[in-house]
Amino acid sequence: MTRRPLRPLAHILLARQRGENPDVIERENIRQRHEVMRDKARQRAESRLLVLAAVFLLGFMVVGARMASLASSVPHEPELGFSESEIVAQRSDILDRNGRILATNLITNSLYAQPQIMIDKERAARELAMIFPELDYAELVRDFTGPRKFLWIKRRISPEQQQLVHDIGDPGLLFGPREMRLYPNGRLAAHVLGGAAFGREGVHSAEIIGVAGVEKTFDDFLRDPAENGAPLQLSLDLTIQTAAERVLAGGMKLMNARGAAAVLMDVNTGEVISLVSLPDFDPNTRPALPTGGAAADSPLFNHAVQGLYELGSTFKIFTVAQALDQGLVTPDTMVDTRGPLKWGRYSIRDFHDYGKQLSVNDVIVKSSNIGSARLAMDIGAEAQKTFLGQLGLLEPTPIEMVEARGARPLRPSNWSEISAMTISYGHGLSASPLHLAAAYSSLVNGGHLVKPTLLHQNGAAQGERVISAETSAVIRKMLRQVVVEGTATFGDVPGYSVGGKTGTADKPKPQGGYYEDRVIATFAAVFPTDRPRFVLVVTLDEPEETSGEEPRRTAGWTAVPVGAEMIRRMAPLLGLRPEIEPSAGDLLKLTSN
Amino acid sequence: MRSFLYITAALAVMGLAFWAYNENYKTQQALRDTARVQAEIGGLREELAVLRAEWAYLNRPDRLRALADANFDRLGLLPLMPEQFGRVDQILFPPDEIRFDELTGSIDVMGRLEVTQ
Repeated sequence: MTRRPLRPLAHILLARQRGENPDVIERENIRQRHEVMRDKARQRAESRLLVLAAVFLLGFMVVGARMASLASSVPHEPELGFSESEIVAQRSDILDRNGRILATNLITNSLYAQPQIMIDKERAARELAMIFPELDYAELVRDFTGPRKFLWIKRRISPEQQQLVHDIGDPGLLFGPREMRLYPNGRLAAHVLGGAAFGREGVHSAEIIGVAGVEKTFDDFLRDPAENGAPLQLSLDLTIQTAAERVLAGGMKLMNARGAAAVLMDVNTGEVISLVSLPDFDPNTRPALPTGGAAADSPLFNHAVQGLYELGSTFKIFTVAQALDQGLVTPDTMVDTRGPLKWGRYSIRDFHDYGKQLSVNDVIVKSSNIGSARLAMDIGAEAQKTFLGQLGLLEPTPIEMVEARGARPLRPSNWSEISAMTISYGHGLSASPLHLAAAYSSLVNGGHLVKPTLLHQNGAAQGERVISAETSAVIRKMLRQVVVEGTATFGDVPGYSVGGKTGTADKPKPQGGYYEDRVIATFAAVFPTDRPRFVLVVTLDEPEETSGEEPRRTAGWTAVPVGAEMIRRMAPLLGLRPEIEPSAGDLLKLTSN
Repeated sequence: MRSFLYITAALAVMGLAFWAYNENYKTQQALRDTARVQAEIGGLREELAVLRAEWAYLNRPDRLRALADANFDRLGLLPLMPEQFGRVDQILFPPDEIRFDELTGSIDVMGRLEVTQ
């Protein structure tokens, strides 16, 4: 474009001739030139805006298209890169403390039918009834010929059965993959594990949910994909659990008991190494909940955790421990044991007459009700309640089982002096064997509170102090004396320095009052007493030892021999080697050094 | 000169196209391989889980006890008992062997061989 001068000479001269101002021409030209520039700039800006809009549009379209494709496509695993996920099942395994499997999963199939695409319904029904004897031919035919379009035939079938169904060759018989929970050890630790069942079910998969025990407590953990299939490690020991169940089952049979429970606990960590309740069940085929009768008669009932019993004389050690710890008495203080001890309309008697007085040590060794009731009067009801509360005997145990939450100890609504006196020897307060094991552990381990747990712990966490270390040592010595010369002489296992306390309590009738000839026999043992490692509580429900002239039911004749045999079998497996007990002289030398 | 440049460029384009296609196919093959290997790993993990379950099932205490009882004649296995623990000084030294060498000469010395360490 040729540039137009602002003052074209021809126009200027012409304007001068006419006598006009030539500057007007210049201004006019400047104006025209500016207009052209403005138009150009506008055009350029407009085109830039257009390009920008196009870029934005393209950007939004890309984002939108990606969103649409993500929303409408089926998600799939990233193929590139190493996948660290090791999840093969929807529920992780449960292991014992040494990593042996207690619960795992198997992949099986479920069998379902779509009758409208079946070819020979009669034949399919006949062959199915042959493969699965529990199916009824007539019922199958009715289902297949009825209006239903879909029906489940079996929830879980084995690969062999699947092959047989394949061989029928009917296109209307179809399989859906199923995971099933497998407890390879059968009845072992059935009450702890609980069991699992199918939750929501579809054709291609089914939820597995825990229905009891740790399976239910840790349901969220076991099913959490974020845990990447990490197994749940329990404190139980498979070997020891086996030995405990076997010996206890034998003992229960020998003592003609209706039920039995045993708890083996590490006194320092509160880990439950073994927890047995008999009769038991197979968690692979968990029986249905009982619809009638007493809950305690069902094999599903966990006597060790859910069973609340008056644990009898085993409670005396709590009374004595408190009296010693408060400085009210020493082991040699004499206590009045003249009976019967009258309090209002109640009177307290001993199993035998122990004469006028006994030392505190002998109150435990000989198990005097009157002696411990007198000690409880010295302690006072309120202080006793506080102490038993500290030991965890008034609240449900914090163990990781759903059943434990319901096992709240039964205690008197009004903790009067007479309640305190009866509770001092284990009547009037009902607790579970697990409560007792935890409380004994706290007393003998040096006086630190332990909380029972089913999870494998690394090292002991010291709980708050409940009694002094000196009292704890005195208690251990007393418990040892009970086994050496007291009510639990059958409980001695050479080499393991067992200490313990027996307890025999009459069973309460459901309609009130107590049975004359039915008891709960309990033996709470600690071993070895010089360096306490484990507490074992054995409880037998209605035992009867019939080798003598008349049936014997006291714990010393029933629960104690069973407990001793359990210790004999379990202690070597626990890695304890038998030791010759240090005599009193050795102890003195040790303390003088 | 110019035509030479054109020919070179065309050849270069063809070469690059060949290379790009080649890489593309290789990538796709690698992805397929990875998917296959991943599926195989998954399958093997599943198999491993089944084998673990089977191992646990075959090693269940009930079965081991039954086997130990059935083979008691050969193995003589009993539960571990406290009496089975011993101290080192309870164990006898192996009896010293009396070595009889072949008699070769008219006068031979026969005796106990002390092991010195």
